[in-house]
Amino acid sequence: MIPGAFEYHRPTSVDEAIALMSQHGDEGRVIAGGHSLIPMMKLRLAEPGHLIDLRDLDSLRGIQPAGRCIEIGAMTTQQEVAVSELLAEACPILREAALLIADPQVRYCGTLGGNVANGDPGNDMPAVMQCLDASFVLRGPQGEREVRARDFYEAAYFTARAEDELVTAVSIPIPPAGHGYAYEKLKRKVGDYATAAAAVVLTMSGGSCESASIALTNVGQTPLFAEAAGQALVGTKVDEAAVARAVEAAKDIAEPVADMRGPEEYRTHVTGVMVRRAVERALTRARA
Amino acid sequence: MSKIPVKMTVNGRAVDDLVEPRLLLVHFLREKLNLTGPHVGCETSHCGACTIDLDGMSVKSCTVFAVQAEGAEITTVEGMANADGSLSALQEGFMQEHGLQCGYCTPGMIMRAHRLLQENANPSDEEIRWELSGNLCRCTGYQNIVKAVRYAADKLNAQREAAE
Ligand SMILES: Cc1cc2nc3c(=O)[nH]c(=O)nc-3n(C[C@H](O)[C@H](O)[C@H](O)COP(=O)(O)OP(=O)(O)OC[C@H]3O[C@@H](n4cnc5c(N)ncnc54)[C@H](O)[C@@H]3O)c2cc1C
Ligand code: FES
Ligand code: FES
Repeated sequence: MIPGAFEYHRPTSVDEAIALMSQHGDEGRVIAGGHSLIPMMKLRLAEPGHLIDLRDLDSLRGIQPAGRCIEIGAMTTQQEVAVSELLAEACPILREAALLIADPQVRYCGTLGGNVANGDPGNDMPAVMQCLDASFVLRGPQGEREVRARDFYEAAYFTARAEDELVTAVSIPIPPAGHGYAYEKLKRKVGDYATAAAAVVLTMSGGSCESASIALTNVGQTPLFAEAAGQALVGTKVDEAAVARAVEAAKDIAEPVADMRGPEEYRTHVTGVMVRRAVERALTRARA
Repeated sequence: MSKIPVKMTVNGRAVDDLVEPRLLLVHFLREKLNLTGPHVGCETSHCGACTIDLDGMSVKSCTVFAVQAEGAEITTVEGMANADGSLSALQEGFMQEHGLQCGYCTPGMIMRAHRLLQENANPSDEEIRWELSGNLCRCTGYQNIVKAVRYAADKLNAQREAAE
């Protein structure tokens, strides 16, 4: 499987990368870790005439606290996310989700920016970012803007990012100390995308749920922020009745397609199971 | 498309060449450098038979363009033997523990296990399985591969202790 021919560019600054993106328009494509793009190029599902390689842009790498947020550079790899002490401490759901992506080799190459920019409903980080209410920092010829993960995804492979905009970073509000979290993903084997997956972050106070946020992976054209499912838990003791309401609310918005992972009914059912498991596990981790 | 120059270090040797940008690293290694250790198994980034070590990371060389490896330090299984030509602890482990049958997956397994032991000198069997989960073997049933990595870890740890 040989990809189509292209011209290779290796910019040394973000501005140069953006200039190349503007110049080549829909003929150009940036390449980060290449672990979604190169497989697509081999299948000729993508045939860019110009590849703009981001690997020399060191300013897009790294994990830093920035006020009440943590900022992660777009070129930070999934491996770097998984081993970061800062994230393990402040936002451990990222580590849990990163380790459920693909296999070690893919995680060394695949980047957080590529994972959220790609727009494949199978990618795991987009729902996690929606759960955390993260924003993506976009930079283009007109300057910089931020788009919330909850507003970013429009349809499979369509996002709010313009053709000449680069995702430079992901900005994540630090969840409150003592929050509970879980990312539950059903996959058939290592290296498979989710049959269904659910991200949950919740906080408890005096035995009752103060806040809860739930998002779903690979059960629609886009990641799904399950707002009503989260709301079903708030103000409750997260007892059986509340969990059952959250599960139903999540299943209500799931619209998986039948594929080799199973028919729609099954994948919708699994969505509910993942939400239940994630809520229950998040609860055991939350400080009451 | 015009060819472009690439330079990298492969198994300690400086190489430079002109390549088409779409040339995959695995084909560069196999066809231009005659390093046929990295195997092409699935071509779809799943099997790990093409795994090499690139700048301290285990990488599937079928999913990287040669031009992206500009300036990189690469090790393939051909670079694994000791300086005197004897087998490295991992290679010896695969031999002693029958960690291979047809051998197709072996170069990838050894390169992945090599990086694993750099990062974790004393992995549990469960950690070995988890860290090798991007490498498929259709023959051995994995049991002896885990034993081979264990053998190498024990041998290297014993050598380190003796040196201290
Ligand atoms: C065997 C295998 C299994 C996998 N399993 C999973 C899985 O379970 N879950 C999962 O989430 N992913 C999975 N992946 C995909 C992997 O995580 C990718 O690495 C990731 O989706 C994309 O990151 P990348 O850096 O490789 O991006 P690339 O492949 O380089 O790029 C992907 C797309 O995003 C665009 N892009 C990249 N970076 C930017 C940027 N900074 N700004 C704007 N656009 C950008 C590119 O132009 C391209 O269109 C798997 C991949 C393989 C090969
Ligand atoms: S040939 Fe590269 S992963 Fe299978
Ligand atoms: S020994 Fe045959 S594939 Fe592993």
